[in-house]
Amino acid sequence: MPDILALILLLLLSIIAAVYAIYTKRTLSAVIASGIISLSASIIFLIYGAPDVAMTEATIGAGLTTVVFLYALKQTKGGDDD
Amino acid sequence: MIKYLLIIVAVIGMAFMFYPLVEEYSVATGLNDLANTYVYGSVKDLNMPNTVTAVVVTYRGLDTLGEVTVLFLATAGVGFLLRRKRKNSETRRHGSEILQTGAAFMSPLIILLGVYIFSHGHLSPGGGFQGGVVIASGILLLVLARVDFKFSHGIIHFSESLSGVGYVIMGVLGLLLLGVSSFLDPRYLPMGEYLYLFSSGAVPVIYSFIGLKVGSELSSVIDSMQAGGCDQ
Repeated sequence: MPDILALILLLLLSIIAAVYAIYTKRTLSAVIASGIISLSASIIFLIYGAPDVAMTEATIGAGLTTVVFLYALKQTKGGDDD
Repeated sequence: MIKYLLIIVAVIGMAFMFYPLVEEYSVATGLNDLANTYVYGSVKDLNMPNTVTAVVVTYRGLDTLGEVTVLFLATAGVGFLLRRKRKNSETRRHGSEILQTGAAFMSPLIILLGVYIFSHGHLSPGGGFQGGVVIASGILLLVLARVDFKFSHGIIHFSESLSGVGYVIMGVLGLLLLGVSSFLDPRYLPMGEYLYLFSSGAVPVIYSFIGLKVGSELSSVIDSMQAGGCDQ
Protein backbone atom coordinates (compact mmCIF):
# COMPACT_ATOMS: atom_id res chain seq x y z
CA MET A 1 0.00 0.00 0.00
CA PRO A 2 2.73 2.58 0.73
CA ASP A 3 3.94 1.92 -2.81
CA ILE A 4 0.57 2.92 -4.23
CA LEU A 5 0.53 6.04 -2.08
CA ALA A 6 4.02 7.04 -3.21
CA LEU A 7 3.07 6.36 -6.82
CA ILE A 8 -0.02 8.59 -6.58
CA LEU A 9 1.99 11.36 -4.94
CA LEU A 10 4.75 11.18 -7.57
CA LEU A 11 2.28 11.14 -10.46
CA LEU A 12 0.46 14.15 -8.99
CA LEU A 13 3.81 15.90 -8.61
CA SER A 14 4.72 15.23 -12.24
CA ILE A 15 1.33 16.46 -13.49
CA ILE A 16 1.61 19.65 -11.44
CA ALA A 17 5.18 20.22 -12.64
CA ALA A 18 4.16 19.61 -16.28
CA VAL A 19 1.27 22.09 -16.11
CA TYR A 20 3.53 24.60 -14.36
CA ALA A 21 6.22 24.15 -17.03
CA ILE A 22 3.70 24.97 -19.75
CA TYR A 23 2.07 27.96 -18.11
CA THR A 24 4.97 29.69 -16.40
CA LYS A 25 6.43 32.82 -17.99
CA ARG A 26 10.00 32.19 -16.82
CA THR A 27 11.93 29.76 -19.03
CA LEU A 28 14.31 28.89 -16.19
CA SER A 29 11.41 27.71 -14.02
CA ALA A 30 10.10 25.60 -16.91
CA VAL A 31 13.49 23.90 -17.28
CA ILE A 32 13.63 23.14 -13.54
CA ALA A 33 10.05 21.79 -13.64
CA SER A 34 10.91 19.43 -16.50
CA GLY A 35 13.83 18.21 -14.41
CA ILE A 36 11.37 17.50 -11.56
CA ILE A 37 9.22 15.46 -13.97
CA SER A 38 12.24 13.34 -14.92
CA LEU A 39 13.21 12.84 -11.29
CA SER A 40 9.75 11.66 -10.23
CA ALA A 41 9.57 9.42 -13.30
CA SER A 42 12.86 7.81 -12.26
CA ILE A 43 11.51 7.14 -8.74
CA ILE A 44 8.39 5.61 -10.31
CA PHE A 45 10.61 3.28 -12.42
CA LEU A 46 12.47 2.32 -9.25
CA ILE A 47 9.21 1.47 -7.43
CA TYR A 48 8.17 -0.70 -10.37
CA GLY A 49 11.45 -2.62 -10.09
CA ALA A 50 13.40 -1.28 -13.07
CA PRO A 51 16.60 0.13 -11.55
CA ASP A 52 18.43 0.21 -14.90
CA VAL A 53 15.85 2.49 -16.48
CA ALA A 54 15.61 4.54 -13.28
CA MET A 55 19.36 5.14 -13.35
CA THR A 56 19.24 6.25 -16.99
CA GLU A 57 16.28 8.53 -16.38
CA ALA A 58 17.83 10.12 -13.28
CA THR A 59 21.21 10.80 -14.88
CA ILE A 60 20.17 11.77 -18.40
CA GLY A 61 16.68 13.19 -17.82
CA ALA A 62 17.15 15.00 -14.56
CA GLY A 63 20.86 15.71 -14.73
CA LEU A 64 22.32 16.14 -18.16
CA THR A 65 19.26 17.37 -20.09
CA THR A 66 18.59 20.09 -17.52
CA VAL A 67 22.16 21.30 -17.73
CA VAL A 68 22.16 21.27 -21.53
CA PHE A 69 18.89 23.26 -21.50
CA LEU A 70 20.43 25.75 -19.08
CA TYR A 71 23.49 26.20 -21.32
CA ALA A 72 21.25 26.66 -24.35
CA LEU A 73 19.16 29.18 -22.40
CA LYS A 74 22.27 31.12 -21.46
CA GLN A 75 23.59 31.19 -25.01
CA THR A 76 20.35 32.18 -26.71
CA LYS A 77 19.65 34.82 -24.03
CA GLY A 78 16.11 33.50 -24.25
CA GLY A 79 15.20 33.59 -20.59
CA ASP A 80 13.40 36.52 -19.04
CA ASP A 81 15.92 36.37 -16.23
CA ASP A 82 19.54 35.78 -17.03
CA MET B 1 -14.19 27.44 -34.46
CA ILE B 2 -12.84 25.28 -37.28
CA LYS B 3 -9.66 24.86 -35.23
CA TYR B 4 -11.52 23.30 -32.29
CA LEU B 5 -13.46 21.08 -34.68
CA LEU B 6 -10.20 19.81 -36.17
CA ILE B 7 -8.79 19.17 -32.69
CA ILE B 8 -11.86 17.13 -31.76
CA VAL B 9 -11.62 15.15 -35.01
CA ALA B 10 -7.94 14.46 -34.34
CA VAL B 11 -8.67 13.28 -30.78
CA ILE B 12 -11.44 10.98 -32.00
CA GLY B 13 -9.11 9.61 -34.68
CA MET B 14 -6.43 8.87 -32.09
CA ALA B 15 -9.01 7.16 -29.87
CA PHE B 16 -10.15 5.06 -32.81
CA MET B 17 -6.56 4.03 -33.57
CA PHE B 18 -5.72 3.09 -29.99
CA TYR B 19 -9.03 1.42 -29.12
CA PRO B 20 -7.90 -2.10 -30.20
CA LEU B 21 -4.99 -1.86 -27.75
CA VAL B 22 -7.37 -1.22 -24.86
CA GLU B 23 -9.84 -3.85 -26.00
CA GLU B 24 -7.27 -6.64 -26.35
CA TYR B 25 -5.45 -5.79 -23.14
CA SER B 26 -5.30 -8.43 -20.47
CA VAL B 27 -3.02 -8.71 -17.47
CA ALA B 28 -0.09 -11.01 -18.25
CA THR B 29 0.01 -14.09 -16.02
CA GLY B 30 3.45 -15.34 -17.05
CA LEU B 31 6.42 -14.66 -19.25
CA ASN B 32 6.00 -15.32 -22.96
CA ASP B 33 8.41 -17.51 -24.93
CA LEU B 34 10.85 -14.75 -25.86
CA ALA B 35 11.04 -13.46 -22.28
CA ASN B 36 11.56 -17.00 -21.02
CA THR B 37 14.47 -17.45 -23.43
CA TYR B 38 16.07 -14.23 -22.23
CA VAL B 39 15.50 -14.74 -18.50
CA TYR B 40 16.73 -18.33 -18.31
CA GLY B 41 19.28 -18.09 -21.14
CA SER B 42 21.06 -15.14 -19.56
CA VAL B 43 21.92 -17.28 -16.54
CA LYS B 44 22.35 -20.63 -18.27
CA ASP B 45 24.19 -19.66 -21.46
CA LEU B 46 25.84 -16.38 -20.49
CA ASN B 47 26.45 -16.84 -16.75
CA MET B 48 25.08 -13.36 -16.08
CA PRO B 49 22.69 -12.36 -13.28
CA ASN B 50 21.58 -9.08 -14.89
CA THR B 51 19.11 -9.98 -17.64
CA VAL B 52 18.84 -6.39 -18.84
CA THR B 53 22.55 -6.31 -19.64
CA ALA B 54 22.28 -9.71 -21.32
CA VAL B 55 19.58 -8.35 -23.62
CA VAL B 56 21.28 -5.02 -24.29
CA VAL B 57 24.81 -6.27 -24.92
CA THR B 58 24.33 -9.77 -26.26
CA TYR B 59 20.87 -10.60 -27.59
CA ARG B 60 20.31 -7.11 -28.98
CA GLY B 61 23.97 -6.16 -29.35
CA LEU B 62 23.60 -4.85 -32.87
CA ASP B 63 20.95 -2.38 -31.69
CA THR B 64 23.36 -1.15 -29.02
CA LEU B 65 26.05 -0.67 -31.66
CA GLY B 66 23.53 1.41 -33.62
CA GLU B 67 22.68 3.46 -30.53
CA VAL B 68 26.34 4.20 -29.89
CA THR B 69 26.67 5.28 -33.52
CA VAL B 70 23.66 7.60 -33.17
CA LEU B 71 25.18 9.14 -30.05
CA PHE B 72 28.49 9.59 -31.89
CA LEU B 73 26.77 11.37 -34.78
CA ALA B 74 24.86 13.63 -32.38
CA THR B 75 28.11 14.52 -30.61
CA ALA B 76 29.83 15.21 -33.90
CA GLY B 77 26.95 17.51 -34.88
CA VAL B 78 27.12 19.44 -31.61
CA GLY B 79 30.88 19.74 -31.89
CA PHE B 80 30.61 20.98 -35.46
CA LEU B 81 27.88 23.55 -34.78
CA LEU B 82 29.29 24.89 -31.53
CA ARG B 83 32.92 25.28 -32.40
CA ARG B 84 35.15 26.94 -29.90
CA LYS B 85 35.42 30.46 -31.25
CA ARG B 86 37.73 32.34 -28.96
CA LYS B 87 39.16 32.17 -25.50
CA ASN B 88 36.38 33.39 -23.23
CA SER B 89 37.56 32.29 -19.82
CA GLU B 90 37.88 35.94 -18.74
CA THR B 91 34.17 36.57 -19.13
CA ARG B 92 33.10 33.70 -16.87
CA ARG B 93 32.86 34.01 -13.13
CA HIS B 94 34.52 31.58 -10.80
CA GLY B 95 32.27 29.17 -8.93
CA SER B 96 31.61 29.95 -5.30
CA GLU B 97 33.88 28.68 -2.54
CA ILE B 98 31.39 25.97 -1.58
CA LEU B 99 31.09 24.78 -5.18
CA GLN B 100 34.87 24.70 -5.68
CA THR B 101 35.55 22.79 -2.47
CA GLY B 102 32.67 20.42 -3.08
CA ALA B 103 33.76 19.78 -6.66
CA ALA B 104 37.34 19.06 -5.59
CA PHE B 105 36.03 16.53 -3.09
CA MET B 106 33.16 14.99 -5.05
CA SER B 107 34.40 14.78 -8.66
CA PRO B 108 36.89 11.93 -8.18
CA LEU B 109 34.24 9.99 -6.24
CA ILE B 110 31.61 10.58 -8.93
CA ILE B 111 33.99 9.45 -11.68
CA LEU B 112 34.91 6.39 -9.60
CA LEU B 113 31.20 5.59 -9.18
CA GLY B 114 30.77 5.84 -12.94
CA VAL B 115 33.64 3.41 -13.52
CA TYR B 116 32.10 1.06 -10.94
CA ILE B 117 28.71 1.21 -12.64
CA PHE B 118 29.97 0.35 -16.10
CA SER B 119 32.49 -2.27 -15.02
CA HIS B 120 29.84 -4.07 -12.91
CA GLY B 121 27.14 -3.74 -15.55
CA HIS B 122 26.74 -7.50 -15.87
CA LEU B 123 26.31 -8.01 -12.12
CA SER B 124 24.32 -5.05 -10.79
CA PRO B 125 21.89 -2.52 -12.28
CA GLY B 126 23.43 -0.04 -14.65
CA GLY B 127 25.92 -0.37 -17.43
CA GLY B 128 27.87 1.48 -20.05
CA PHE B 129 25.39 4.24 -20.79
CA GLN B 130 24.57 5.02 -17.16
CA GLY B 131 28.21 4.86 -16.06
CA GLY B 132 29.27 7.08 -18.95
CA VAL B 133 26.67 9.71 -18.06
CA VAL B 134 27.76 9.62 -14.41
CA ILE B 135 31.38 10.22 -15.51
CA ALA B 136 30.22 13.11 -17.69
CA SER B 137 28.36 14.64 -14.71
CA GLY B 138 31.59 14.49 -12.69
CA ILE B 139 33.36 16.36 -15.51
CA LEU B 140 30.45 18.82 -15.58
CA LEU B 141 30.92 19.56 -11.87
CA LEU B 142 34.58 20.38 -12.52
CA VAL B 143 33.68 22.57 -15.52
CA LEU B 144 31.10 24.47 -13.44
CA ALA B 145 33.38 24.98 -10.47
CA ARG B 146 36.63 26.04 -12.09
CA VAL B 147 37.02 28.55 -14.90
CA ASP B 148 40.54 27.40 -15.70
CA PHE B 149 39.60 23.73 -15.91
CA LYS B 150 40.45 22.34 -19.33
CA PHE B 151 40.61 18.72 -20.24
CA SER B 152 42.78 17.57 -23.07
CA HIS B 153 40.76 17.18 -26.25
CA GLY B 154 43.40 14.85 -27.59
CA ILE B 155 42.84 12.38 -24.75
CA ILE B 156 39.04 12.66 -25.07
CA HIS B 157 39.07 12.02 -28.80
CA PHE B 158 41.64 9.25 -28.45
CA SER B 159 39.65 7.38 -25.79
CA GLU B 160 36.44 7.83 -27.77
CA SER B 161 37.94 6.49 -31.00
CA LEU B 162 39.77 3.70 -29.20
CA SER B 163 36.64 2.48 -27.40
CA GLY B 164 34.54 2.69 -30.57
CA VAL B 165 37.08 0.64 -32.53
CA GLY B 166 37.48 -1.73 -29.57
CA TYR B 167 33.73 -2.36 -29.43
CA VAL B 168 33.62 -3.30 -33.11
CA ILE B 169 36.77 -5.44 -32.75
CA MET B 170 35.21 -7.34 -29.83
CA GLY B 171 32.19 -8.00 -32.02
CA VAL B 172 34.25 -9.16 -35.00
CA LEU B 173 36.33 -11.44 -32.74
CA GLY B 174 33.15 -13.33 -31.95
CA LEU B 175 32.54 -13.66 -35.67
CA LEU B 176 36.06 -15.02 -36.22
CA LEU B 177 36.31 -17.35 -33.22
CA LEU B 178 32.78 -18.72 -32.98
CA GLY B 179 31.78 -18.86 -36.63
CA VAL B 180 29.17 -17.06 -38.68
CA SER B 181 26.08 -15.42 -37.17
CA SER B 182 27.83 -14.80 -33.87
CA PHE B 183 28.70 -11.12 -34.24
CA LEU B 184 28.92 -9.65 -30.71
CA ASP B 185 28.57 -13.08 -29.12
CA PRO B 186 30.62 -12.75 -25.89
CA ARG B 187 31.24 -16.43 -25.30
CA TYR B 188 34.75 -16.60 -26.80
CA LEU B 189 36.29 -15.38 -23.54
CA PRO B 190 36.16 -17.69 -20.48
CA MET B 191 32.80 -17.58 -18.75
CA GLY B 192 34.32 -17.48 -15.25
CA GLU B 193 32.45 -18.06 -12.03
CA TYR B 194 28.90 -16.87 -11.52
CA LEU B 195 28.65 -13.45 -9.78
CA TYR B 196 32.37 -12.70 -10.14
CA LEU B 197 33.68 -9.56 -11.81
CA PHE B 198 35.57 -11.38 -14.55
CA SER B 199 32.73 -13.57 -15.73
CA SER B 200 30.23 -13.92 -18.56
CA GLY B 201 32.77 -13.71 -21.37
CA ALA B 202 33.45 -10.45 -23.15
CA VAL B 203 30.48 -8.55 -21.69
CA PRO B 204 32.47 -6.54 -19.06
CA VAL B 205 35.01 -5.56 -21.72
CA ILE B 206 32.33 -4.50 -24.19
CA TYR B 207 30.42 -2.54 -21.53
CA SER B 208 33.62 -0.83 -20.39
CA PHE B 209 34.23 0.26 -23.98
CA ILE B 210 30.67 1.57 -24.21
CA GLY B 211 31.06 3.40 -20.88
CA LEU B 212 34.31 5.05 -21.95
CA LYS B 213 32.78 6.04 -25.29
CA VAL B 214 29.61 7.53 -23.82
CA GLY B 215 31.54 9.30 -21.06
CA SER B 216 33.99 10.95 -23.42
CA GLU B 217 31.30 11.86 -25.93
CA LEU B 218 29.05 13.53 -23.35
CA SER B 219 32.03 15.29 -21.78
CA SER B 220 32.91 16.77 -25.14
CA VAL B 221 29.23 17.78 -25.62
CA ILE B 222 29.34 19.60 -22.26
CA ASP B 223 32.60 21.28 -23.21
CA SER B 224 31.21 22.41 -26.58
CA MET B 225 27.99 23.72 -25.02
CA GLN B 226 29.97 25.58 -22.39
CA ALA B 227 32.60 27.08 -24.65
CA GLY B 228 31.03 27.49 -28.06
CA GLY B 229 29.37 30.58 -29.40
CA CYS B 230 29.55 32.63 -26.23
CA ASP B 231 30.88 35.77 -27.91
CA GLN B 232 28.67 37.26 -30.56
